[in-house]
Parts: sequence; C-alpha cells; structure tokens
Amino acid sequence: MILGPKMNSASPATPVLLSDEDVLQVEDLKAHLHVGNAVVRAVDGVSFTISRGETLCIVGESGCGKSMTALAIMGLLPKPAGRIVGGRVMLQGVGDLAQRTPRQMREIRGQSVSMVFQEPMTSLNPVFRIGWQIEEAIRVHERIPQAQARERVIAMLDLVGIPSPHERYKAYPHQLSGGMRQRVMIAIALACRPKLMLADEPTTALDVTIQAQILRLMNRLKAETGASLLLITHDLGVVARMAKRVCVMYAGVIVEEADVGAIFATPLHPYTQGLLDSIPSARAGGERRRLHTVPGLVPNLAKLPQGCRFADRCPHVYGRCREEEPPLSQPTVGPLAGSAQKVRCWLHLDHRQ
Amino acid sequence: MISKPPVSAEASPDSGRHADNEASQEPLLIATDLRRYFSLPDGLFRKSSRKVKAVDGVNLTIGAGETLGLVGESGCGKSTLGRMLVRLDEPTAGDVIFEGQNISMLSEGELKPVRRRIQMVFQNPFSSLNPRKTIGETICEPLIVHGVGDARSRQARAMELLDIVGLRREHYNRYPHQFSGGQRQRIGIARAFALEPKLIVCDEPVSALDVSIQSQILNLIEDLQRAFGVSYLFISHDLRVVEHVSDRVAVMYLGRIVEEAPTAILYRSPRHPYTQALLAAVPVPDPSVEQTDIVLEGGVPNPIDPPQGCHFHPRCPLAVDRCRIEMPPLFESNGHKVRCWINGPGMHEA
Repeated sequence: MILGPKMNSASPATPVLLSDEDVLQVEDLKAHLHVGNAVVRAVDGVSFTISRGETLCIVGESGCGKSMTALAIMGLLPKPAGRIVGGRVMLQGVGDLAQRTPRQMREIRGQSVSMVFQEPMTSLNPVFRIGWQIEEAIRVHERIPQAQARERVIAMLDLVGIPSPHERYKAYPHQLSGGMRQRVMIAIALACRPKLMLADEPTTALDVTIQAQILRLMNRLKAETGASLLLITHDLGVVARMAKRVCVMYAGVIVEEADVGAIFATPLHPYTQGLLDSIPSARAGGERRRLHTVPGLVPNLAKLPQGCRFADRCPHVYGRCREEEPPLSQPTVGPLAGSAQKVRCWLHLDHRQ
Repeated sequence: MISKPPVSAEASPDSGRHADNEASQEPLLIATDLRRYFSLPDGLFRKSSRKVKAVDGVNLTIGAGETLGLVGESGCGKSTLGRMLVRLDEPTAGDVIFEGQNISMLSEGELKPVRRRIQMVFQNPFSSLNPRKTIGETICEPLIVHGVGDARSRQARAMELLDIVGLRREHYNRYPHQFSGGQRQRIGIARAFALEPKLIVCDEPVSALDVSIQSQILNLIEDLQRAFGVSYLFISHDLRVVEHVSDRVAVMYLGRIVEEAPTAILYRSPRHPYTQALLAAVPVPDPSVEQTDIVLEGGVPNPIDPPQGCHFHPRCPLAVDRCRIEMPPLFESNGHKVRCWINGPGMHEA
C-alpha cells in the first residue's frame, strides 16, 4: 500500500507523483548523523503523508528524531554530520526533495515549503528591521518592485495579528516580545504562500496565554491560506488541540499513527499509552494519585538493540520483541484488528504470541 | 481509599492534607509584605530612580508538610520570590519568619544554621551541578560546609541518599556528564535532602525534562515528602504539574499574588479573570474536549512601568473604571483570596 505502482516507476526527476490531495509524501526516509566513528540513526525509516489543508502532528520526546525529520525534509540537516541516506520526500508540484542540490533547495524553501522554529529569539537576525526580514523572504523568490513588496509585508504583519503594522515594519527584533517575534516568524514562513508549513515546537518557548494566541493564529491562517501544517511537539495538549492525524515517534521510527481521536481514545502502542498516562492530572478528592512512569531511558541511537526499540522499557515484552523489529502496520489481532490505526508492536500484529 | 471531606468545607487558609493533625501548629514559614525592587541604570554612569518591582508586597504562609504551588508567566516574580525565601536574594523590604525566627535581617554568619533547614532544587539539571565534582562530592558538599560528621559517615550518608533518590551506589564516583537530565535532577534532589531540611524551594524542577521522566521526578518529590514530612514551595509555569503536586496554589501576576486557594477550589472555581484565562489557555490532552478560550489580548505589560490601578486591567475582559484607578486589595473568604474589584467583593477585605 505504501509503495504504489506509480511510486515505483517514477524517476526522481519527474515532478508530479502524488495524488492531487496529497501535499507531501515521505517514504522510508533515513537521515543519519556521522559523529566520529559512530553512526547515529536519528531518522531510521519514516513514512507519512500529509494531504491538502491537513494538520499532521509528530509527537515524541527529546532525541526521538522528530526535529531531524523536519530538518531532513527542509534540506537543513546539520553539516557535515547529517545526511539523507535513503528514502524519498515527495512534495506536490516539486518532486523528490531528497534528490535536490543545496542550491535548488534554497529556491524551494520559502516558496513551496517553509519552517517555523522553536526559538523566536534566535531565528530572527537582530541587526535588521523585521519588515526588511519579511521582505527579503519575498524578494528572494519573486522579482517585484520594492514598494509592492513593502505593501505585501505590511499586509502580512496585519494578517499575523501584529498591531499597527506600519510602525512595526521598522521595529528591530529586540523591540518585540516573544509572542510577537513568533508572529513575525510565521509571517516570513507564509510570505510566499507555501503549500506546506513545518513548525518545530513553535510555542514551547512561550507562556501559556501567548501559546493560546499563536495556536489560534496558526489555525486561522491555515484555514485562510489552505496550507498544510506539519506540527512537531512534545506537548500532548497541543496535539489534541491542533492535529487531525498524529504520528508518535520513538528512537527514530514512527511507532503509532492514527487520527487524533483514536490516539487518545485507544492508544495501541505501549509507549503511546505510557506517554498519555504520564501526564499529570488532578487528584481525585484530594487523594494523590501516583503518576504512571515509563521506566528506563531512550536507547542510544548509535547502538540500537536488536528487535523492537522499546523492548527494554516495555511492560508487555515477550520473546519475539527482542528478536525481530515489528513493522508499522494495521493491527491484525486484538479488539481493534483491522482498524485504520497503524502500530509498530507485535502485541497487535503477532498471531503466535 | 479513605474519603475525605470536601476541601471547601475546610476553613483555615493553610489547611492542607495535614490540617487534621497539625492544625494547632504555627506555620513553618510566614512571609509578610515581601518586596524586591531592582533599580535600573538610567545612563552610562547615573544610577536611576526607575525601578522594576519584581516582587511587590507578597504575603504567604507555608505549613509543615505542606506543598504551596506558585504559578505565573515568565517575569511575574515567582523565581525572585523563591530566591528571597532561601535568602539567595536580599529582600528590599518585608519579613520572612521561619520556624518563629525572623530571617530576613540575619547576617550571613547568623544565617548559616538556618540554611541547613531551607534548601533549594533548581530548574536546570545541567548547569546546577559542578561538572568537575563527582556525584559523591556534590552530595557531600553541604555536609562538609555545615561540618556534619567525618569523611566516613558523610560517605555513608551520601550512599544512603543515592538509594533514597533511586540512583545506584556505584554512581558515587561518576561525573555529571555521565547522567541523563532526569538522573541529574535526582542528584540535585539528593543534595537538597542531605541536611534533612524542613523546607525545600523547588524552582521549575521538572520543566527541562520529558513527560515520561517528569512523572518519575514528580513521584520522587512526593514520596520524599511522605517519608520525611518536608514542606515545598513548588514554583512552576506548568499548571497541570502544579495541580498535581500542590495542596494550595498562589497565582502571581507582575509581582503580586492575584489569587490563592486550596488546589481543588482554585482549579474548579477560579475567581480572578487572570487565573480563569490562564486555566482556559492550557491545552487539554483530550481531543473530545471543546476548549473554550478566554483569549487574552496582548502580553504582560512592562514591569518597569506597570499600569495604574489593577495591573491586569489592560488585558482584563471585566475591567471597569475603578480597576483603572485603584489597586484592589486581596479579598478573602474561607482561605480563598482574590485581588479583584469585580470577583473579589462579597468576600471581606484581607
């Protein structure tokens, strides 16, 4: 199902390969980091599809490869350690991003796909006015007169909810609060109306009332521009609020993929269950409930164990888990057999257990 | 499970879980009208008259064995308040009475015995441990500073602490870089417990950790309280974490406490518009919940030049003329304190 016939026959140079509904199709993407003599398998065979106007969330803990997946898509892996070693990143109307040269990627970034980073403090250039920085994003891709570009910038500032955009056009980043800076970053990302925006923990550095404003803004802009959103976060509250579909990542692979309702209602993978149970909640009637914990630590991505990557921390581990890595697949055993939810766990796939 | 009476029936402001057996006791710590002003340089050489009122007239009490949660957004003064309670920062004015003794005026020398009784756990487990000291040395250091025991008994105590916080004894001779964030936070907690303190100020102790690790540390913090009867001031911006660990919660905004109540009451029926907006803004990890946003416009005002009247009025959906002129006092009824002209009255003035 993942490898349709049209995908197999296509050469990397052919521009359009996806169905009209799909904006991005990532297929068995592998991005490794070469550190000294070790190879860190940061992204180790990740596949997912984002359709038009959809929000897909990738959720996972630090070091699970979620940010590296985004950087690999954008062609921004750390140099020289990082490198895409396999798989394809098919973008609607563009083709396989994994095959593009850095120069070609520079043309594509901002135009067809753009990214918002976690730290609004460090991702803006402190010595340039914010208006100029948004204008730059437009003028890299389009040859338009300065006056016209400036008009578009002011319209963008207005669109992302920055008050008095004419005056703020001339502001420097240090004159804005964290929330306002993140709005500027979003304005830059959307300046050329890309089909897809990637956002890596866009609200993690912000206070909760400001986070609510930014999440609301992203939802509104998505509805207005029709862009798709790949949102990367560790916060399951943000996932519940924003996502249509969710991929849970662990140690470089997707361990569960489902609609947002199913992830929260019927999590299948023991890791997903552990994550959901770990969220602190109120005490019932003043009694303290001990929090559920996931014992142990994330495995070293340079020395992955044989079999399932979660086996050492899993409460349900059995023989096959330590021998063979399960595929990401629809469950074939248990009460949810045949549902559209996909899980990488033998408990739901193995008839012989 | 023992069913407890509903919290709303409890009368005293510092009634926590220990209210039943310790109701007659003095609170462990009482802070009155605590202030901390930072003056700003005006030009290159002149000292200015402009001041940031980081903490501006805060009263709080912490009972024995109680956890007081302190929440607020960045820059509200919650960390400065915590640092003043352990005297890492000198209060500009106000008193801190700890175990019946006023510690706000003590000299460094006089303070030393008090420091045994109040310890701190910091946010960043990477920068709060000395990278050149072994874990054993780090945990023994407070014992050496306070001249507790000899080398051998200190080592035995450190080993015991490693057991208590869930580390292994062979970790004694290792260095911080060999540990993960969660393990480092366990080391910081072992250090804080070394002198058997009565009060521990925890400043964002789990904010740098992943959810699954965060829950391990929260469980540890609660287990240690149950075992040793220590009190906590638990400072955090994460409302879910604070709800989980605290008996009472105080909400800060621009240097002042705007609401304070037993945890269940504060989360179930918040009265201050800021608390209401803060709680509504926390994303609920359940997609079937339709979240009703009270969206606050704008950000926190500049603390150098806070708005006149109620500091919250420029963002408040309920603000009336009086809020723009006059700072509301902290109204109180049944241990629920609210600094608001609209939702406060009906209670009597604190």
